[in-house]
Order: sequence, then structure tokens, then C-alpha cells
Amino acid sequence: MCDHTFVAITFGPCDSCTLNKPLMNIYLQNEPVNYCSLCVEMMACQGLTQGENLASLKAESEGLKLRLEEERAKLHDVELHQAAEKVEPLGQLVTKARRSLKGHGNKVLCTDWCRDKRRLVSSSQVTEHAVTMPCTWVMACAYAPSGCAIACGGLDNKCSVYPLSLDKNENLSAKKKSVAMHTNYLSACSFTNSDMQILTSSGDGTCALWDVESGQLLQSFHGHSADVLSLDLAPSETGNTFVSGGCDKKANVWDMRSGQNIQSFETHESDINSVKYYPSGDAFATGSDDATCRLYDLRADREVAIYSKESIIFGASSVDFSISGRLLFAGYNDYTINVWDVLKGTRVSILFGHENRVSTVRVSPDGTAFCSGSWDHTLRVRTGRYLSLSDTHTHTHTHTHSLT
Amino acid sequence: MTIKLIRDHGQHYRPRMACLKKVEALVIEMQDPKSGVKSFEQKRNATSIPHVIAGQDITAWITSHMTVDAQEAQALGTMLVAYGFIYPLQDPKTLILRPDGSLYRCQTPYFWPAQKWKAQDTDYAIYLAKRNIRKKGILDQYEQERYRKLHKWLNHKWDFIVNQAKEQTRAGKARMKSDRVVFSYQERAYWIVHRPPPQTHSAMDYGVDRLIDPNAEENYTDWSKVKSTVSLGALVKHTMTYQSHDPFLTPCLPSNPWQTDDDTYWALNMPDVDLPTKMTVERWSYGFYELLRDPRGRADFRLFLKKEFSGENLAFWEAAEELKWGAASAISEKAETIFKTFLAPGAPCWINIDGRTMGLTVKGLQHPHRHVLDAAQNHIFMLMKKDTFYRYLKSPVYKDIQKKAISPAPHNFTDAQLEQNARNRKPGLYPSVTWQRQQKEKVRTTTLIDIKKLMANKLDRQ
Repeated sequence: MCDHTFVAITFGPCDSCTLNKPLMNIYLQNEPVNYCSLCVEMMACQGLTQGENLASLKAESEGLKLRLEEERAKLHDVELHQAAEKVEPLGQLVTKARRSLKGHGNKVLCTDWCRDKRRLVSSSQVTEHAVTMPCTWVMACAYAPSGCAIACGGLDNKCSVYPLSLDKNENLSAKKKSVAMHTNYLSACSFTNSDMQILTSSGDGTCALWDVESGQLLQSFHGHSADVLSLDLAPSETGNTFVSGGCDKKANVWDMRSGQNIQSFETHESDINSVKYYPSGDAFATGSDDATCRLYDLRADREVAIYSKESIIFGASSVDFSISGRLLFAGYNDYTINVWDVLKGTRVSILFGHENRVSTVRVSPDGTAFCSGSWDHTLRVRTGRYLSLSDTHTHTHTHTHSLT
Repeated sequence: MTIKLIRDHGQHYRPRMACLKKVEALVIEMQDPKSGVKSFEQKRNATSIPHVIAGQDITAWITSHMTVDAQEAQALGTMLVAYGFIYPLQDPKTLILRPDGSLYRCQTPYFWPAQKWKAQDTDYAIYLAKRNIRKKGILDQYEQERYRKLHKWLNHKWDFIVNQAKEQTRAGKARMKSDRVVFSYQERAYWIVHRPPPQTHSAMDYGVDRLIDPNAEENYTDWSKVKSTVSLGALVKHTMTYQSHDPFLTPCLPSNPWQTDDDTYWALNMPDVDLPTKMTVERWSYGFYELLRDPRGRADFRLFLKKEFSGENLAFWEAAEELKWGAASAISEKAETIFKTFLAPGAPCWINIDGRTMGLTVKGLQHPHRHVLDAAQNHIFMLMKKDTFYRYLKSPVYKDIQKKAISPAPHNFTDAQLEQNARNRKPGLYPSVTWQRQQKEKVRTTTLIDIKKLMANKLDRQ
């Protein structure tokens, strides 16, 4: 006597995705079916019922997305440059480098201004400006609002606060206080409205709010699916939100109190390197590896402007607004700084002078100057003035300046 | 299920290298025989090198193709050379684009900086070994050092490396001389980009690797939205309002300290200055938060409130801010003080908020946390913003300061004076000194209010 043999189909069209593949014979609701291994996996993990498959669910979600987009599009009744039609265009820029700071022995990675409008802290690849840190890349630094301390961190996964003293020779490392602990590198840090709290973002994909005195984690923010590279606190009166940008091409707006992700924008084509709020707090700009900077309006919940040009191919590493929000300064990886007219969407100037990537661009708190830090080991502080079109014809300066 | 390595060395997608795809498209266009850069043959050492292009032609092509000016075209061209898409024939170690007759060639796609992988040490070792075998002593000093180092840490693969080098040399001999020469230029150019000589930097340097391989995950939330005309209109209005306050658009008076090295502008805008400038006073009228944010403005507002005997609102708001942004350890202590001063029945600075908010706040204060005063603070803020602020702007206090405010005349320094200013440059006061001064001033003003209120209460009761 021989065993009964059954005919089992081991290769052929899958009952769910209809592709010709090796098949698994399974039972769904007491019915024998032949699914390919991928569909079996999908079904088992995602609880699809017979008839549904990954493709159909995806189609459904695409449909929902389209409908949401349609609704949003109805509210978009004007473009930014149309709303700014009556605004006078900017004339030429007359600019000059005022200071060239060469103290670093290595790539400048990050800078921050003090609220007294004349001091800067900067961090670099090996050492921070006056403190030697036991890690190679110090990618984030920030000045405390009182001007009495600085915070910095990087590949050591920590953010440390150093109180500053009047004594130049004092060893600052001795008073160092470790505040934040992430599971991977620290990409950005910022004090909130006081010296007592620090907001950090990390390569581990999270942002966190810390109490400086105790080192306690007050709130953590999860939602990015890749490294978070940059953050900025809202300047608005409620002061309770901040925006972060990451390698998952998303810019997320968070509520500091609840840890919730309130809004999310994903229109960039590559990593977002830098985010910065518009002075009124109702919008923010981002700089990305896809060589564009974009402006997102928080109230309209959409992207409202793209600042790009065919000849700008290399990524933007850092952006900042001037005081009025009319100008957007952006530093790029092709060693240049482009200045954009935020309202009209055009580029008003290109500034040369750095000999390596521009890693950070920050406008001073009173808007009198901006500082650019670069991998060529220097920091340059520049001022400038845009002449109105009526003044332009009396000046003989050329359109761009190469600065030394 | 796929297994993901934490450190994917055949990296899926390098950080900050998204530009490479765009550059590739550009370079392909440049090599188009009809619309690309003019190329010619160059005779060199008895071989003829095809498809040579001149620096000035490259700049001219970029200028016309991308509608930019010459300086920008040269900068872009230099980036193409720095990334290794174009390499110079003369002076191969200096990776810049010279807008003259200097000769360049487009790099072969095989040697383009690939998106997907880094130039490996093993390949570099093979390259150096090849050159060493061909002619001893041809390697530069720095190359010899690197060769020694590679020999040390790739020792386990060394036989393989030497073997490969020999095989590649033998295969090379089978080609025509001109092909060999071109290939040697190409290979040399590739390694100058990826292993730059000392004191130069490689444009391929991108900094720190990403930790996480980015994945697309979509998340749609519903948020109340307004029409673009409204929100964009607000943005435009904000920019136009502040245009006269932007030093990049309107010269700041008397002069920009960075330009003339004269500190008057900063001195006139110090937080504890007696008389502010007309620009500052105008700015206070733009919005309530603008007034509060400027310490001098807040002081003026406090003065107005004192005259109205309603200083407790501002004092409460400030105390709530301090609680929200202060140290975690001080929360319970501060909450208690605030309750005693502002919220308790019969408190010296009792604030007038609606019963519901008061009830919620008092209940929350039993277990104080950072945001326990948020509701009350918002109520008071709105009250001040919608009512008190407008009364302030019409008040004699504000009108008085408007009249007294300084309108500094623009400086007109001669060159000699500018030089003098530059010599007299001094660093400003240490922020910690100003901070301590501000703290002392704050303590003084708050205790003043309390004492006055206490006196007023005492008198009432009597």
C-alpha cells in the first residue's frame, strides 16, 4: 500500500498578487489557497483578509491621500510672489566682510550668536573655541540667553553645558556639566527662553528637552524615521513649539508640552540640513541636500516657495533670515552663500570667498551682520545693504563681491 | 525579512551626495558632440590625446547654458573639477578651473564619484602598487608614506593586492599606447580627488555618516488650515512692516557698528538705557509681544501699569514665565510663592481671572508642574494684549517716551576717523556682568511692587 499522494501546486500564479512565483499552500478560513511567500508574509503580519492584498491597501491609502491633497489645494488661492506683487524689488547688494576669524585649527561646524549681538561661539572638528572636548566632531553649539554659559556636543552623544567666566585662563572643562544623553551623535542643540532648559536633536532620530540643573529628560519627541539634523524654536508669544528637519526629508513641528508632532511637511527630495523660523513664527525655511531652500507656511499648512536655480547643484547646509524676513541667507556645499528674496522667490546675490563648504550661516540678533562658518577653518562676519532700485544707478560696484 | 546592518559600508545612499546625480546629468550634456563643449585633440609626448577641452570654453559653455555670470560659472566649474568629473592635464594636483587655455578632459564614467560606494583602501593600495611596480621611486613622499601604512594594515591581503597590481599592469600592456596614457591620467585624477595630497581637501568629504537608512513613512494629520491669501498676506505685511528695521535693507542709525567700528548703535539699544531710539519705540507699537520682548519696552509698560495700579498682571505673567522655563527643582517652591502672591484670596497682588480658570489653576497647584499656570497665564496675556496694550499706546506715558526718544543723526566718518575707530575697538561688557545687573534690577522692582501693595492693603483695611 502506498500513501495517498496529493496534487499540490508549487509554482504558478499567486492567488493574491497573480504573479508567477513559487507558491505556498495554505488555508484561509478553511479554504485552501495558493499564495506566494511574500503575500503569506504580508497577510500574516498585517491581518489582510482574503481578497485584500498589499496592493489594494496601498491603492486605498493613495486615494485617501489624493482627496486630502485636493482639500488642501482648494485653500491655496494665491502664490507667495503674487501676494507680494506690490512689493518693490530689491536692488543691488553692497557688501563687505568685516571680520575674518581664523582661530580654529579645523573645520568650523556650528556657530551661535550671544544675545549681546557681538559675541559668537563656534565649534569645530577637533576643538571648540576655548574648550577641548574629548570627541572629534563638535557639531552643535549654543549660547545661553543670559550669555553666561554655552552648550555643545557632537559625536560624544552628549550635550554639555559650560558656564563661562570672566577669567580667561580658567579651565572651562573643569566646570562642565553633562546634560543630555542620546544613543547617537548630537546634531543640534538650543537653549529655550532661559538657561535652565536645552532642546537637542540627535542622529538616533529623536529630539529631547532636558532640565539643565538635574540633567533630567523632560520630554522626548519621536516621529522622524532617520537622523534629525537640525532644530529651531518658535519665536512666537506662546513659545511652545519647535521645528525639526531630518534625513527622512521631513520637517516636523512639535508641541513642547505634550511631545506631539503637530504638523509634518515632506516635499524635499533629500535630507533637510537646516530649519529656521521666519521672524513672525508663522512660517519656516529649510535648506536641503537637493540644492533647494523651501518656505513652509504653518497656518496654510503647505510649502509656499521654493528657492532654487538650475546653476545651484550642491546642497544647502544652513539657512537664516534677516530681521524683517525679507532676505534668506543660505550657505551651500559649493563654498558659496546665496541670498534669496523671500517674497519674490528670486536670488538677489551670490557671495564667494570661502575655500571649502559653508557649514553654518547665522544672522546676528539685531540683524546688523551675519556670520558664516566654513570647513576652510574661518568664520567671516559680513554686513551689507541692498540699495533700492533708484539708488542703484549711482553705484559702480559690481553685482557680486569676492570677499577676503 | 531582510537583515539590515547598522553600518552599511556599501552604503545605500551617502549623506550630502544627492548632488552627484545632477552633476552627472550636467556633465553628460557637456560632452554632447553637437551642443556640448568644443573638444580637440592635443599632441603630448608623441601621443595624441583626444577630447581635450579648454578651461575658457568650459566657462563659456556654463555661462551660456545656465544663464549665469562668469564668476559663478567659474565657481561651478571649479566644483566639477573638485568632484572629479573634469580633470586638469597640466598641474593635476590643483583641482580648480582656470578660465584660460588650460587643458582639461572629462572623466570617464567608470571613475565618476559613485553615489553608492566610497573609494576603498584596497583599490588605493592596488593603484599605488601598480605605479610602484612600473617604476620605483615614482611615488611622491606622501604617497610613499600612505603606501607604507596600507602595507601595514592590509598586510593580510597584501599578496592579493600585489597580484591584482601585476595583472592590471599586464592587461594594460595589451592596449594601445594612447589608451594607456589616457587611462593613466584618468586613474591618477580619480585618486587625487579621493585621496587628496596633504594640505588640500577633498570635495568628497561629507562629514559624519548617517546612522539610519532613510525610509519613507507617511503620516497624515489633520490641522486647521487658513486660506493662502490670509497667511501669505500676513507674511508679506510682516516683512514690509519690519523692512525699515532691517539693517540689510535700511541703514541703521547712527551707523552699523560692524561697518564703522563705532558702538553708539549698540549703546543706544542696551536693555537698561534711559532714552530709547525712535525706531525702538515705533517697534513697540507693532505688537504686544514686541513690546514685552524688549526689556526697555517692558519697563515702560510696567511704568504705565504702575500708574494704573494694575501691575499685578504683568508681574504674574513674568512669574509664570519663570516657572515654565526655570529649573525643575525650583518648580514647587515657585508655585507656592506665586499662589501666595497672586492667587490666594486676599493675596497682595491678586489677579482678576474668571472663576473657572482660577479653580483649575488652584487645583493644579496642589501638584505643581511646569505647565500648571498655562491657562491662567494665557488668560492674563490675552487680557493685556487686547485691552491694556491699546490703552498703553494711547497713554501719556507712551506719548511722552515717543517725544523724548532719540533720533540719532547718521554718522559721517572720514577714512582717518574710521581707522581711528578700528584701532579703538574694544570688546563689549561681559554678558555675565550685564546679566547680574539685570537680575539685581529685577529684584529691586519686584520687591517695590510688593511693598506698595502691602501698604495699600493695610491702608484699605484700616
